[in-house]
Amino acid sequence: MEKSSYPLTSDITRLRCATPPRKLRLLLSLKSTLSLTLCILPFDLADYQISQTITMASLQMAALLSAPSTPVASDRVRVGSLRLSASSSSASRNGCALVVRSEAKVSGGGVSARGANLVTHVVAEKAAAAATSADSKPGHELLLFEALREGLDEEMERDPTVCVMGEDVGHYGGSYKVTKGLATKYGDLRVLDTPIAENSFTGMGIGSAMTGLRPVVEGMNMGFLLLAYNQISNNCGMLHYTSGGQFKIPIVIRGPGGVGRQLGAEHSQRLESYFQSIPGLQMVACSTPYNAKGLMKAAIRSENPVVLFEHVLLYNLKERIPDEEYVLSLEEAEMVRPGEHVTILTYSRMRYHVMQAAKTLVNKGYDPEVIDIRSLKPFDLYTIGNSIKKTHRVLIVEECMRTGGIGASLRSAIIDNFWDYLDAPILCLSSQDVPTPYAGTLENWTVVQPEQIVAAVEQLCK
Amino acid sequence: MAAFSAVKIPPPQFTTVRSSSQRPGSSPVHFVHSSSAFNSISFGSAKSVRSRPLFAVTSGVVSSDKTKAASSSASNPAVTREVALELYEDMILGRAFEDMCAQMYYRGKMFGFVHLYNGQEAVSTGFIKLLNQSDKVVSTYRDHVHALSKGVPSREVMAELFGKTTGCCRGQGGSMHMFSAAHNLLGGFAFIGEGIPVATGAAFSAKYHHEVLKQSKPEGLDVTLAFFGDGTCNNGQFFECLNMAQLWKLPIIFVVENNLWAIGMSHLRATSDPEIWKKGPAFGMPGVHVDGMDVLKVREVAQEAIARARRGDGPTLVECETYRFRGHSLADPDELRKPDEKDHYSARDPIIALKKYIIEHGLASESELKSIDKKIDDVVEDAVEFADSSPLPPRSQLLENVFADPKGFGIGPDGKYRCEDPLFTQGTAQV
Repeated sequence: MEKSSYPLTSDITRLRCATPPRKLRLLLSLKSTLSLTLCILPFDLADYQISQTITMASLQMAALLSAPSTPVASDRVRVGSLRLSASSSSASRNGCALVVRSEAKVSGGGVSARGANLVTHVVAEKAAAAATSADSKPGHELLLFEALREGLDEEMERDPTVCVMGEDVGHYGGSYKVTKGLATKYGDLRVLDTPIAENSFTGMGIGSAMTGLRPVVEGMNMGFLLLAYNQISNNCGMLHYTSGGQFKIPIVIRGPGGVGRQLGAEHSQRLESYFQSIPGLQMVACSTPYNAKGLMKAAIRSENPVVLFEHVLLYNLKERIPDEEYVLSLEEAEMVRPGEHVTILTYSRMRYHVMQAAKTLVNKGYDPEVIDIRSLKPFDLYTIGNSIKKTHRVLIVEECMRTGGIGASLRSAIIDNFWDYLDAPILCLSSQDVPTPYAGTLENWTVVQPEQIVAAVEQLCK
Repeated sequence: MAAFSAVKIPPPQFTTVRSSSQRPGSSPVHFVHSSSAFNSISFGSAKSVRSRPLFAVTSGVVSSDKTKAASSSASNPAVTREVALELYEDMILGRAFEDMCAQMYYRGKMFGFVHLYNGQEAVSTGFIKLLNQSDKVVSTYRDHVHALSKGVPSREVMAELFGKTTGCCRGQGGSMHMFSAAHNLLGGFAFIGEGIPVATGAAFSAKYHHEVLKQSKPEGLDVTLAFFGDGTCNNGQFFECLNMAQLWKLPIIFVVENNLWAIGMSHLRATSDPEIWKKGPAFGMPGVHVDGMDVLKVREVAQEAIARARRGDGPTLVECETYRFRGHSLADPDELRKPDEKDHYSARDPIIALKKYIIEHGLASESELKSIDKKIDDVVEDAVEFADSSPLPPRSQLLENVFADPKGFGIGPDGKYRCEDPLFTQGTAQV
């Protein structure tokens, strides 16, 4: 459980890619004397490749690769897809507007305003009109961990009861810099560096949540929260119920999880499969700077205890997000790429493996619909169901281990609700039931790779 | 001679609480009786030899404390009449209530694990009757009497034990999960040590309200009491919270109800250094050892500890040496504890001791005390009738408190939130 000692940057994993690796512009920014942050500037976020071939053996500067060769206008940035209305869906695929995920599901008689006070159409029109140079574009660009911090900072400014607790969240600024600078801004009590006592400081967060505060508890690595399972399961999950509804626990438990770059078995755990059976808990997984900020804000404002899963390899994703305040819905899934032939359900880092596979699939003539389920508990069965009713084929891709993973629960929920719409058995690609090995080759063989996704879709659509 | 019982605690010499917790800059501790005084043994022998038959610290220890000898002499009583009667009534309520629970349990009115508080009343009454409404109490599974002392109506506690919807937790918590937002009872907790971090969090919140939200009260910080037993003192959360509480000077008091047994595990067989109070100074906070069978002694220690916490001087660890007159729970055959140990402690029944004190100091008459007994019997009887006649929870209650915000059940296939489904409010929706 000792603190990970490798440099602060999230290492970049090597990935064998089905298609010739696209050259990406690497932006080196020297964040502080020692820490060196590698920013990978993805052009088209949806086609973002998880990583490039960069090995950070030591702190020597990585060579700058040439700008991408593809004839893509430099300021074409697509953030997400907009479901303004059924008719304009084509615009979202290759339009170059700054597109804001609208929560107002217009098509199919869904609840019109899902309640999230989102800036929707206004921003889209303005962006479409202003196709001028990069700096005058609306919104601002930042990395995922900065987006999390921005969301947290906004909520702390908005509500003085919002506070942060965890190991090295204050002076150190968080294991992945999510809370950097907040201690100097808000003081050491509001951004509390705790001793290494996960069970007790998580319980302390719960006790303060019961008595008027809104703590955000960070697990330095999600795996560490196994030590706090007692507090999370018994008190976080059930205390509202056992108290007959007298006490609310508006707590957010967040932290980096998932398989990193050779972090070894214990630092590569995915706890969502463990926590999913806790009754009174909600779980969301962020995957882009845009939804990271929106979900962080939604989680903090929620009256329910929420576990926000981040991923060690996604912290350095870069994206342009709106300047206006926005809060996403905790319970909704996100349409990443509309399609017709197959529904691919995924979340967190696997979204990028899926999107990489999608490029190959498109070249092979398939039109996959990719949905980032985001809400790991409860599942958004509306978005998922609509997709299945269209494609009739489902592939789940997760980083959880096969046994008892989120995929297993998702598969049973789909069978319960949409059995009649299925033309083929649900395929579920999960990590293997193997402790994540240290060696890179072995590690990659435990995690789902894009080629496997391509093969699965081909099999599904035979 | 008791064949075997808790070790006699003979401190040849050690630093007093005052000096050991003295930190540069921290204001001096105003404890009238440093813990050393508590441990001067009224029995002659200084060295405790494990093989010799041993007695637990007896109440003699406390009365032998010089500084307080004056106050407990016959002339001027330590407490006023009103306070004495309030303490008496609260302890009688605790005892009568628990005895009724035993009856109801054997009559099949309440189920599961029920852990009764008989014998430890002096600790609950001694501490909790000093609290304000906004002060917090965190208990364990042995929480009925903590709830009663903090003001939760006996009807609500009994109804909760009967699993009725009129219970303080709507029948959803039960014996080991007593809560009351109105009375700031932050819970009974079923697992050992699970409540201490929650109590630490409540104390953190009090400090936060004062320092960050600038919401200060004239009388000082709200105080949180965390009650737990000797068994818990070997659990990680106990030590982790002692450290954090002292680190941030949180307004919390760790009240150890050392009843010498963790189900069938004697404290001495489980604990390398059985003097629990000594673990306070090890973390930089005062550690006090008090006779948990003497409500006036407990109250006096509580006053000091609570005042300390309110001033912001930080936490205190108080070890109350007490005993449970019944088994661990109503399902415990209680075969391991020796009869003469039980006799030794039943001779120190805290209620009898207080009654004797009240009569001796002329604070009230025998008949007045009798009328209190009668009044309490009626209260408990009424509580049983209320609980018995109360309705069981309806199906509609099933899903209501799973989430504070029912959107947590998510969106159904039809695009609506499941909690909007009429079946949800009837409690029959499949979620």
